[in-house]
Amino acid sequence: MKPYLREKSAFSFEEIPEKTCFEAGYLVTKNSGWRRARPVIDKDKCVMCLQCYLYCPDGVISESDNNICIDYDFCKGCGICGKICKAGAIKMEAEV
Amino acid sequence: MSVTAKNLSREEFFYGHKACPGCGGSLAVRNALKVLGKNAVAVLPAGCMSAVGFNFPQLCFGNNAIISTFAGTASMLTGIEAALRIRGCDFTAVGFAGDGGTADIGIQALSGAIDRGDNIIYICYDNEAYMNTGIQKSGLTPFGAKTTTTPAGENIRGNIRPKKNMFEIAAAHGIPYAATATVGYMTDFLNKVEKASRIKGTKYIHVIAPCPSGWGIPESDTVEVAREIVDCGLWYLAEFYEGEFKVTHTPKEFTSVENYLKKQGRFKHLTAEDIKIIESSRDKKWEKIRKEWV
Amino acid sequence: MASKFLSGNEAFAEGIRLARPQVVAAYPITPQTTVVERLAEMAEDKSLDCEFIHVESEHSALSCAMGASAGGVRTFTATSSQGLLYMAECLYYASGGRFPIVMMNANRSTALPWNIYGDQRDSLSQLDCGWIQVYAGSAQEALDLALMSYRIAEDKNVSLPIMVNLDGFILTHTYEQVDIPTAEQADKFLPEFETDNKFDFDEPKNMAFSAGPEYNYAFKIKHHNAMINSSAVIKKAEGEFYEIFGRKYTGLIEEYKTDDAEYIIITLGSIGGLCFEAADKFREKGIKAGVIRIRYMRPFPREEICAAVKNAKAVGVLEKDISFGNEGTVFTNVNSALQSLDRHIPSYNFIGGLGGKSILPSDIEEIFNKIILGTEGPASTDRINFIGTEVQA
Repeated sequence: MKPYLREKSAFSFEEIPEKTCFEAGYLVTKNSGWRRARPVIDKDKCVMCLQCYLYCPDGVISESDNNICIDYDFCKGCGICGKICKAGAIKMEAEV
Repeated sequence: MSVTAKNLSREEFFYGHKACPGCGGSLAVRNALKVLGKNAVAVLPAGCMSAVGFNFPQLCFGNNAIISTFAGTASMLTGIEAALRIRGCDFTAVGFAGDGGTADIGIQALSGAIDRGDNIIYICYDNEAYMNTGIQKSGLTPFGAKTTTTPAGENIRGNIRPKKNMFEIAAAHGIPYAATATVGYMTDFLNKVEKASRIKGTKYIHVIAPCPSGWGIPESDTVEVAREIVDCGLWYLAEFYEGEFKVTHTPKEFTSVENYLKKQGRFKHLTAEDIKIIESSRDKKWEKIRKEWV
Repeated sequence: MASKFLSGNEAFAEGIRLARPQVVAAYPITPQTTVVERLAEMAEDKSLDCEFIHVESEHSALSCAMGASAGGVRTFTATSSQGLLYMAECLYYASGGRFPIVMMNANRSTALPWNIYGDQRDSLSQLDCGWIQVYAGSAQEALDLALMSYRIAEDKNVSLPIMVNLDGFILTHTYEQVDIPTAEQADKFLPEFETDNKFDFDEPKNMAFSAGPEYNYAFKIKHHNAMINSSAVIKKAEGEFYEIFGRKYTGLIEEYKTDDAEYIIITLGSIGGLCFEAADKFREKGIKAGVIRIRYMRPFPREEICAAVKNAKAVGVLEKDISFGNEGTVFTNVNSALQSLDRHIPSYNFIGGLGGKSILPSDIEEIFNKIILGTEGPASTDRINFIGTEVQA
């Protein structure tokens, strides 16, 4: 199961679990604020080699309907995808 | 069928974690779990991956996962494997420990697990120092590297000892399967993980996983540097299986060791003489590999 | 029910066989060894259906037990002295993780100087590790505690590990006639292991995680509350134990003639029996002597001790322990409890048995004499006394 953002992010004393055992993949915060630059895909240049997907440390790049998608909620903007892309289809654009 | 980017499971299990941008360790953990699938039960000792992945209520593993004590990755895996087998579960017990957690504080428990032949996969993500605590020397820090406990000064130029050879230490136990890998050659690594998952007994995989802040490289260069360490011959891709060593990738010609070292902040201080020492130790190792591991 | 002549360790192993742990992980250390040797034999002859794991250290023994517990099975380990100290990190981890592991500890002196004989410095140094701690007084009690411990540890209001302490050699290696319950009786008393603190393949879990300052305190308070809850669970388990097995246990402490007692020895472990005999001798002389044998050091029996000393003019705490630079740890704990009384009872510390030095009946009589003298105040009896020696603290 892919971890995902949950609605409930704060816990009262009673709601805090008794044991250190809790639902797997429970996310309450995003990572988008870490990013200084964002990867942007040039669809025309992309050859769907999936190397960006394979080498993303955060797993935020996915393939859907023959398109590469990036989950900007969790992309930290490391730029590995931009470097790895032989087709030059990923450009890092500064966040403003 | 071998694992490729195309056929790798689209499922993500390690997601939303707080690893630094460009973290090689998180890349190794993420993809290994994709190969092992939803029934993987992961043990992570105190260290980077547990620190960035398990801070209640932000819990970033989609599969069953647990933090072990720093020294206890392998021993906790042993207990988990026994219990889930007794309960008749369909599972793979896998550990992800860093270089310090493996070659220093965790080596005793790892040796015990291999000795018992426990049916587990142990993956060492090697970023060559104690990165989580702020870049201190471990038993897997290479010769010459500057860390916060092996500063490069006038008297001593960084770490004076070579890297411990964990791959061959694991192999010396007569382990069913051991392998080396790098996050720079991902499919090679993932196919080794896949192969390990089909072998009964203890499996050890040692994967080089650069740490941008600890190595002094840009965040975007993790993969490139993780390739270059193999291309220049300072790391090798190999397997130990059925009692035999085998290299899985032989560079025809080594790229420049100096280029590899000099692009990293931790090696900036090295002299031409230091680099010669590193080159000659590489050559000696490869002479042996070429003679004995074909 | 069979009756056999067994050592404390062997009796404990019989209790563990009846409790049916599925994973046993242990590393050898004197004087714990015979309990795990018996268990290895039981695993071999299949009278205990368990995985016996030969770990390479005590740290791994408990780490492995935690893994097995998180995997959802009942687990057992045993250790002693240096071994207990070597696994200290895992002690805190197991209780914080709320894994209901049962561990036997053969109480033994701690190095340096090296010494394999019994004292209680090992376990008493770990009072704060968050485990329930119980001290057996006899081989029969050891066997019964092996069974009862799982019942208490696994209770959903507790979910904590339990350390069952047996005095090294004096209890672990001394033989006595022991009643061994039948498997049917044991199964009636101890249900199969169930926990929600485990991996789940339908609803996966992340376990043994971190919690920052915002949430960490809550886990600690819940841990403390569970320990407090265990007191009632212990009494309930003992009640049901009595119904099935006919042997009565008395909760956190065992009282011997304390009702009207004016002079009381408070102690723990197998030395209790000698203290009971000494109390009888003083009673023959018309002196109202009594004994409190602490069974559980955690949760600490504050209320029980306060109730038991209601008629006391002075008390003495006899223990095989010293916290260097202060006093015996049991003494500190008892004094803290006595603070909640509305009157002052003079209390004295008697430290004996360190490194296995014998505590003789004459030593205990001497302790009673000093307690009696002590009613006159600290001028007559030293606050801390090293018994059986000429040495003064």
